[in-house]
Amino acid sequence: MQNLRQSFRRAAIGRSGTPSPFKAYLFMAKQQSNQSRLHVPEPPFRPGDTPDYSHIAVPTDHTPPRPDPLCDDYETAEHALKLIRVMRFNGETAGDWVPGLEPEVKRKMLRDMMLTRAMDDRMFAMQRQGKMSFYMKSRGEEAVSVGHAEALRDTDMVFPTYRQQAILISRGASMLEMMNQCLSNSGDPLQGKNIPVLYSFRKHGFFSISGNLGTQLIQAVGWAMAEAYKNEDGIASTFTGEGATAEGDFHYALNFASTYRAPCIINVVNNQWAISSFQGIAMGEGESFAARGTGYGLATLRVDGNDALAVYAATKWAAERARQGGGATVIEHFTYRAEGHSTSDDPSKYRPKDEAEVWPFGDPVERLKTHLVHIGEWDDERHAAYEKEAKLFVRETYKKAEALGTVETGPQVDDFTMFEQVYADPPELLLEQREMFRKELG
Amino acid sequence: MQMSMIEAIRDAMDVKMSQDPSVLTFGEDVGYFGGVFRCTAGLQEKHGLHRCFDTPISEGGIVGIAIGMAANGLRPVAEIQFADYIYPGYDQIASEAARLRYRSNGDFICPLTIRTPVGGGIFGGPTHSQSPEALFTHIAGLKTIIPSNPYDAKGLLISAIESDDPVLFLEPKRLYNGPFDGDHETPSVSWKGHDLGEVPDGHYTVELGKARMISEGSDLTLIAYGTMVWVAEAVAKNLGIRADIIDLRSLVPLDLDAIETSVKKTGRCVILHEATRTSGFGAELMAQVQERCFYHLEAPIRRVTGWDTPYPHAQEWAYFPGQKRVTHAVREVLEAA
Repeated sequence: MQNLRQSFRRAAIGRSGTPSPFKAYLFMAKQQSNQSRLHVPEPPFRPGDTPDYSHIAVPTDHTPPRPDPLCDDYETAEHALKLIRVMRFNGETAGDWVPGLEPEVKRKMLRDMMLTRAMDDRMFAMQRQGKMSFYMKSRGEEAVSVGHAEALRDTDMVFPTYRQQAILISRGASMLEMMNQCLSNSGDPLQGKNIPVLYSFRKHGFFSISGNLGTQLIQAVGWAMAEAYKNEDGIASTFTGEGATAEGDFHYALNFASTYRAPCIINVVNNQWAISSFQGIAMGEGESFAARGTGYGLATLRVDGNDALAVYAATKWAAERARQGGGATVIEHFTYRAEGHSTSDDPSKYRPKDEAEVWPFGDPVERLKTHLVHIGEWDDERHAAYEKEAKLFVRETYKKAEALGTVETGPQVDDFTMFEQVYADPPELLLEQREMFRKELG
Repeated sequence: MQMSMIEAIRDAMDVKMSQDPSVLTFGEDVGYFGGVFRCTAGLQEKHGLHRCFDTPISEGGIVGIAIGMAANGLRPVAEIQFADYIYPGYDQIASEAARLRYRSNGDFICPLTIRTPVGGGIFGGPTHSQSPEALFTHIAGLKTIIPSNPYDAKGLLISAIESDDPVLFLEPKRLYNGPFDGDHETPSVSWKGHDLGEVPDGHYTVELGKARMISEGSDLTLIAYGTMVWVAEAVAKNLGIRADIIDLRSLVPLDLDAIETSVKKTGRCVILHEATRTSGFGAELMAQVQERCFYHLEAPIRRVTGWDTPYPHAQEWAYFPGQKRVTHAVREVLEAA
């Protein structure tokens, strides 16, 4: 990873040289003690560039040893700078972290990723047809959610971002309900109150997603503290992209998690891009996002986020540590956002079009597939068959959802429901406004 | 039992913590030490380290963990040491605590209470004197409460803890140890001997959203909350007028009936608050009175407030809307044709 970081740095230096409007004054100055110039980091490649990551030798030897889950936090300091990997590109597994998973569990993980991708593709297309206001795909990052969810108990509360829909798929949530939410139709469990993808599924241990980034990190720590306070069995797991680690909430979460030894996992999904800002904008010259945890006395792991088995193994380790009273772990999932931030985004405006294809860590679905084929538990025919099955299931489910309405055509939720669930106990002024609205309708 | 407002607030938490294991309290210096204003003194010793504890100096973190706990079935009471320090937690309050029920359509709720001292009168300058209530009454999904005496403080705080909605509980710090009539030159008085310093033992509630009539009269209506309740009372007494003095006790929800009934009776209304003037809660009150009572008004509604400046240190009493400023407004409203 050092190589990758250095390449970012070199590329950034190569790009600098924008003339300073103050240059003339600098020459005039007799002597200046402050030699620093404002540094603004830039990604190595922009549209028109040919992205080339060939210098990143994807490490087979970067997988650090697996320590005891109750080790001292500092024993994981090196893990924050390396990369936990299980699967080689040829499908072999190697290293300390290979989880002893039954083939059927691995096949389930593969199917969950494929189903998520099929749903994302369908919903994206339907958004383009005007059936919903907005959508967010998770292509390229499915392994992070699926590997993670598989390693937790379904009762462990996750505080996801908007790119963890695969956790719901993994936990067996109703795709119809998910689609109804996106369509804000008459079957929407949220009754049209929230924008697409910001699901809430308490019954699947899936916390209501906030559109404000980073805010839920510290709430997850509070949730985990409550589990410990009540002597209950669950742990919490919370997610942020690398971009929102710059929010104060990330610092609050790490600090409180450390102080109160909260049973939780703090996941940073480093998908390289925060809308149009590359990870160097959030990170500065830091070594890794996982390493942010080191100074707080938290365990830290950095994992190949396109390796579902590695994500599973890292999560399992962190969950075990949390359950045994060892406190929180920060996990950086190193991955790549293969598509736009959302349907409102056009990544070709700020990064080379084919960057996703040359990203050296491959595609998470392909990688798990290759592994399963390698061990003789999957083949191209079954893969193609399931791909077809998933597509069909998604199409049929979508039809059922659309029959319940879309944000464009209805039937939708009654408008008066907008006045509900503001309070447990609504103030008189709000009830009065509901009557004002009734009169407005005539 | 005679109690100061500090003791009444502490007693409310003690009663709830004794009754309900899901109630716990935390904040900066609230644990072993018992809070800089002593509101949690003794609670850690009585109820245990895990139910009353210190937090890092991190208001965003304090509110953030409280939200997670509340969503997970607890009823946390978070203390923010001074309301002036609440802003790092503002995002968590406005975007998260107040919205969680709505955005999840009731899938998750957030029954938390945030206690914080407000108001001046203790030479706290710009960073220990603010009254930011209007920044919170504007947030849908949040309740904002402000008691003016020990009896109400205990009953309201118990109601706040029992409410399934997030509640901001503002404590006028100048009233912690006794009623304050706005005249800083007269010696401080304690709650001892005051009717409202008599606080029942054990559990009782004061309903959120019901105002208290401090006095009744037909000359005019004085609408106040927190410290200004006692300034209003002193001015009415000094002028020898018979006024309805309404102590709102709760800004959201607001007791509109009390306001409307009174102003329709008196036809004259003065609104008091210590906070800065522009977009203060008084603006909302004026709007409500105008909308509901316009044809009963016999004089323009007046506001008496702090100035639109930060809360100054040395000029504290020039800033504070004391008896002189209130008297002037009351006279104007009474003398208007």
